[in-house]
Amino acid sequence: MVTKAAVPRGKDNDAMGQIGSTIDIPRIHEIAAGIRRRVLDHTLNNNGGYMSQACSSAELLGCLYGGVAKLPALEAPLLPQPFPGTPAPGGTNRTTGAAFHGKQSPEHDRLIVSPAHYALVVYAALIETGRLGEDALADFNKDGSTVEMIGAEHSPGFETTTGSLSQALSQSIGIALARRTRGDTGKTWVFMSDGEFQEGQTWEALQAANHYSLDSLRIIVDVNQAQCDGPMDSVMSIEPLAEKIAAFGWDVHKLDGHDVEGIIAASEAEGAKPRALLCYTDPVRGLPIMQERAPVLHYLRFKSEDERARYQEAYKEMVK
Amino acid sequence: MSYEIVARPHQENFIAWSKDKPQVVVLSADLTNSCEVGVWRDTYPDRFFSMGMAEQNMLGVAAGMAREGLEPWLHTFSVFLYRRPLDQLQMSIAYPALPVRLVGFLPGIMTPGGVTHQAIEDIAILRAVPNMTVLEVGDATEVESVIDVAHAIDGPVYIRQLRGEVSRIFPREEPMILNRARRLSTGDDVSLLTSGIMTEEALRALPLITERGVSVDHLHISTLKPFSDPQVVQSVSSAKSAVITMENHSIVGGLGSAVAEVMAENGVGTPLQRIGIKDTYAHGASQKYLMAELGLDARALVTAVEKALGKRLEISDEELSEARVIDVHSTAKAEAL
Repeated sequence: MVTKAAVPRGKDNDAMGQIGSTIDIPRIHEIAAGIRRRVLDHTLNNNGGYMSQACSSAELLGCLYGGVAKLPALEAPLLPQPFPGTPAPGGTNRTTGAAFHGKQSPEHDRLIVSPAHYALVVYAALIETGRLGEDALADFNKDGSTVEMIGAEHSPGFETTTGSLSQALSQSIGIALARRTRGDTGKTWVFMSDGEFQEGQTWEALQAANHYSLDSLRIIVDVNQAQCDGPMDSVMSIEPLAEKIAAFGWDVHKLDGHDVEGIIAASEAEGAKPRALLCYTDPVRGLPIMQERAPVLHYLRFKSEDERARYQEAYKEMVK
Repeated sequence: MSYEIVARPHQENFIAWSKDKPQVVVLSADLTNSCEVGVWRDTYPDRFFSMGMAEQNMLGVAAGMAREGLEPWLHTFSVFLYRRPLDQLQMSIAYPALPVRLVGFLPGIMTPGGVTHQAIEDIAILRAVPNMTVLEVGDATEVESVIDVAHAIDGPVYIRQLRGEVSRIFPREEPMILNRARRLSTGDDVSLLTSGIMTEEALRALPLITERGVSVDHLHISTLKPFSDPQVVQSVSSAKSAVITMENHSIVGGLGSAVAEVMAENGVGTPLQRIGIKDTYAHGASQKYLMAELGLDARALVTAVEKALGKRLEISDEELSEARVIDVHSTAKAEAL
């Protein structure tokens, strides 16, 4: 089933970790603006960053961390830990960035981040929502830090190692099946990128979620239609994505990925199937001068001091 | 030499073993009866997950389940556990060191299914994967006890498992022990290290070889990784004429390579002969045919010993012909594969 129309929103949620509160839409817009601002600031200071991913997904991550995914609250932001060493049998270094999503419980949701290249954006979202220390981006891509460029399971907000794309959905099915087995009521959310639908494993996973009627599983996809080599339709077309996923037995909601109310409504709609929120996004939203660089938007690195100065001006506009 | 033949040693044993372990789940990729877990599925339907022919997803699902405290036991043919889904095996299971059990059937040339079904380089690949434990069974007693060995490891384990009609070579009361070889004979002319089905094959020739005055220190190896049993160093160090390895696997990266590493690291300069698949693919034919064609049989061992000693042992084909050959159409298998 493909749903395109927005559904009236209603239900309560625990945006701040307290069941019964209401999703605060203006707050989500603040989070989204903060994500763009922090990622641009970081990009300016480091002469490079995954900027278009911040522009495209700011509202998606704003929604997820702003109450759509019902994550337990933290008492205070956590500080990123130094890299503890690689995991080994016996539980050695089996640390997880899921700690930044709060203490897991049967009633709360889980949020698994699949495209690890969005790490900078995820860290910015965690900072904006009081889950990660304000200065954490100073550790980004620094030797010995867990605030890695391509996030892995020790990085803030991550609990799987999915820099090799498309592996998180299968793992999330395993998590959701195990949770169902023990009677958990919380949902399992997976944040995905549209490029991952070029991988065969994604379709194996969609097929399995339908076979097991995993109605507790939700994917929210940043359909920014861009990938490393350029526009997706020039690299490998995936459309019609909504119809394909619906044909695999999922409830599909095709959405404007910057329409916060639409995302919330789709997340709260009734349904008894695994659910996909396909959020079509604009990879330059909030930073229109980046359009000059289209169609190659995967990574922003300034070509001249003049260009950097113009982005600096754009940043000043953002912080006004 | 003849042994008790046990039909489907894994099937009932695994059912009984799983009874009081509710965290044990089985995932299968459309080879359920072929991997002797069809009755397990019917016994514990709530703990059985059919994943279809989609192994990349199956390995990921297993990883997610293991993260949540379940103990997934994946059953399919070996090739479908490490060839097609190797990235998933590494990034979803091995890196986080999750307790997922990869039970791989049809190791080496056990199947007439041909190159697509013959796992001839699995040990080489999985020895190179950090955090893995790699086990291989050689008889029915090990088929039964390998599950305890794997269960005790809080990390990923790959098992080269046997099915169908399996000889019982080792006494039931002597289960497999992690990283401990079984010393089957002592001697100082030749150090012989065998694994999997090659142990039984070697045991066909060894009485004939020792009758001719050659003393053989024979170790049966069931743990390929870790590979730090002090008996190995002791055995290869004490051999006067040769060290011989014998494996149902490529000579690249398997038992022979592991022994070569131990010898080099310990300064053991005795010549090493590796009996195994000589860096080639195989094809669809019977086990007996392929063992002879590829030089994996008892005759290959006799030839290796003769080369090591520089003399003929005069062992006839008739003497070696008491081979136990499993009928391809045995009723102990779900299909002829």
